[in-house]
Amino acid sequence: MDLKEKLVSSFLAFENSVDVDTYAHDVRSNAIKIFEEKGFPSKKEEAWKYTSLNSILKEDYSVFPKQENALEYPQVKKYFIHDIDTYKIIFIDGKYSSHLSQTTHDGIDVCLMSAALSKPKYQLIIENYFNKAAEKDSLSALNTAFSQEGAYIHIPKNKVVEKPIQIIHFSTGNESATMLQPRNLIVVDENSHVQIIERHQSLTDNPVLTNSVTEIFANKRAIVDYYKIQNDKETASLIDNTFIKQKRESLVSVHTFAFGGKLTRNNLNFYQNGERIDSTLKGITIIGNKQHVDHNTLVHHIEPNCESHQDYKGIFGDRSTGVFNGKVVVEKEAQKTNAFQANNNILVSDKAAINTKPQLEIFADDVKCSHGCTIGQLDESAMFYMRSRGIPEKEARALLMFAFSNNVLESVKIPELKQRITKIIANKLGVNIGFDL
Amino acid sequence: MLKINNLHASVEDKGILRGINLEVKPGEVHAIMGPNGSGKSTLASVIAGREDYEVTEGNIVFEGEDIEELAAEERAHKGMFLSFQYPVEIPGVSVTNFMKTAINESRKARGLDEMPAKDMLKLIREKSEMLEIDRKFLSRSLNEGFSGGEKKRNEIFQMAMLEPKLAILDETDSGLDIDALRIVANGVNKLKSKDNAVVVITHYQRLLDHIVPDYVHVLHNGKIVKSGPKELAHELEEKGYDWIKEEVGA
Repeated sequence: MDLKEKLVSSFLAFENSVDVDTYAHDVRSNAIKIFEEKGFPSKKEEAWKYTSLNSILKEDYSVFPKQENALEYPQVKKYFIHDIDTYKIIFIDGKYSSHLSQTTHDGIDVCLMSAALSKPKYQLIIENYFNKAAEKDSLSALNTAFSQEGAYIHIPKNKVVEKPIQIIHFSTGNESATMLQPRNLIVVDENSHVQIIERHQSLTDNPVLTNSVTEIFANKRAIVDYYKIQNDKETASLIDNTFIKQKRESLVSVHTFAFGGKLTRNNLNFYQNGERIDSTLKGITIIGNKQHVDHNTLVHHIEPNCESHQDYKGIFGDRSTGVFNGKVVVEKEAQKTNAFQANNNILVSDKAAINTKPQLEIFADDVKCSHGCTIGQLDESAMFYMRSRGIPEKEARALLMFAFSNNVLESVKIPELKQRITKIIANKLGVNIGFDL
Repeated sequence: MLKINNLHASVEDKGILRGINLEVKPGEVHAIMGPNGSGKSTLASVIAGREDYEVTEGNIVFEGEDIEELAAEERAHKGMFLSFQYPVEIPGVSVTNFMKTAINESRKARGLDEMPAKDMLKLIREKSEMLEIDRKFLSRSLNEGFSGGEKKRNEIFQMAMLEPKLAILDETDSGLDIDALRIVANGVNKLKSKDNAVVVITHYQRLLDHIVPDYVHVLHNGKIVKSGPKELAHELEEKGYDWIKEEVGA
């Protein structure tokens, strides 16, 4: 039985096992039909031309974890941003770990999707927002059909959430292969501000496939900064589907740090429903071996006077491959749009490859849209310059790579997070650089 | 300190250096002059260990060791410094961070601990004052958007920080106005001692009014065709290089 059949056939038992209201039930039932009809995407589809899921779909994944696994904090502390106080929503093999988490209902809701889906007090929010941003593509639909657990964050209006929120999904590898489908819903009301850090981490070399959906709603003048740390083992794959709906004058930024994993696909979609909205999409990708990272972005400019800023840097070594497919749509009504897109890449091996494709669809006539992509090698004269000052080859190369990705790092607003990312990069490049950029 | 024996070097099979012999002893200042295309910058790059050039014959001995197999950074760790004719712009790395990394990597190579941050700051302050470099300048990205003169002054600042045994200054005077030339030359002179040496590569004689050489060598067609005392530089300034070419050709 292939994975699709396995998922479809286990749906009924799953649906009967979750205690939910009728709204979510209907959404799930519709979603499984979409998935059943469309199946997993193949390379024949334009959006999947450079990314094949074949190699990761052939595993015999356990779709529902059989047992609950516990982890002790010291075992996994290093995966947390632990030097500052944060809220934490932590999952182990798809199940909530109250032990590792720190949630709250004090003025804001930082808690669980399963609670939000089942308790009447959240019903209104669920009906207004759940599955209202996600596209009806097959992978998002698959996640919707099995949506049960994940982070639920609701920030009512006029709240500045002082502590960042960490969402971490651990997989213990106690099953020979695991498939996870976390589902996050984040609703930020008028004038509120929140920072969120998300991470997926497997703890053994057993294969893991995560198909995640995150819906973010930024209402009027809300500010949301979202950071994705993708530094997983090279046996773990991630399909991240993130959908962001913005209302007028809201500011949302998503930073994606893609360093790990076997195959990583980021479907990052912004929809601007209002004027004077600002959307920022930034990323650093540093991979090697046979890793594959695909950034597939969409910014949909619907109303006038909005901005979007995309800046993705990629460094590819060994036989790794990268994809950047950045689509910007500017509707006819969206006059005075400023949309910028840049994708710069360095290939450090002649076996590595990057496919980069800007896609602009502009229907308005008074707009500023720019895009640029570059693919290059490290500057040899800069290398010699640094080495002649006593900086060894490896460190010189690392310094150039840091410098190359610096403007993305610079825009990380949580200093401890910036420091952590810097460390991960230094580690990845095999250097111990004596300063923080 | 430095002994170059019958050095031949080529780039992409094109011979550029064709038998250079040169000896530099501690405490000495040598000037290498010559027309454009004579191989001056190639000589500087080959000594510093640039990999694009292939040494086809002869060798370079520095502090008693044949350095052919040494990488550029290892030569730097042994005390060699090249001030570039065209310093490279490195966006995203500040002057200060670059210097910290360079100094600490050199210390590491010599088996020393990293320099304490306080000492580093003191050193940076001292050397930047000597070269009349504004503090703000040090937090800017290395060479990015620097004027020609600022780049050269920054090279000498790095030299002052690293305190090399042998400094090779490749066309350090180009792009400098009179004031900057004086500051740079003063910097170099202050760093001079009986234990270190300087090789000044230049097209013109004006830098040599400030950094006075013990010996002047004329490079032509990849060979040193004439050597003499400092007066030779004046002669070249007055008469140009043609008479040398004629003398060699004859």
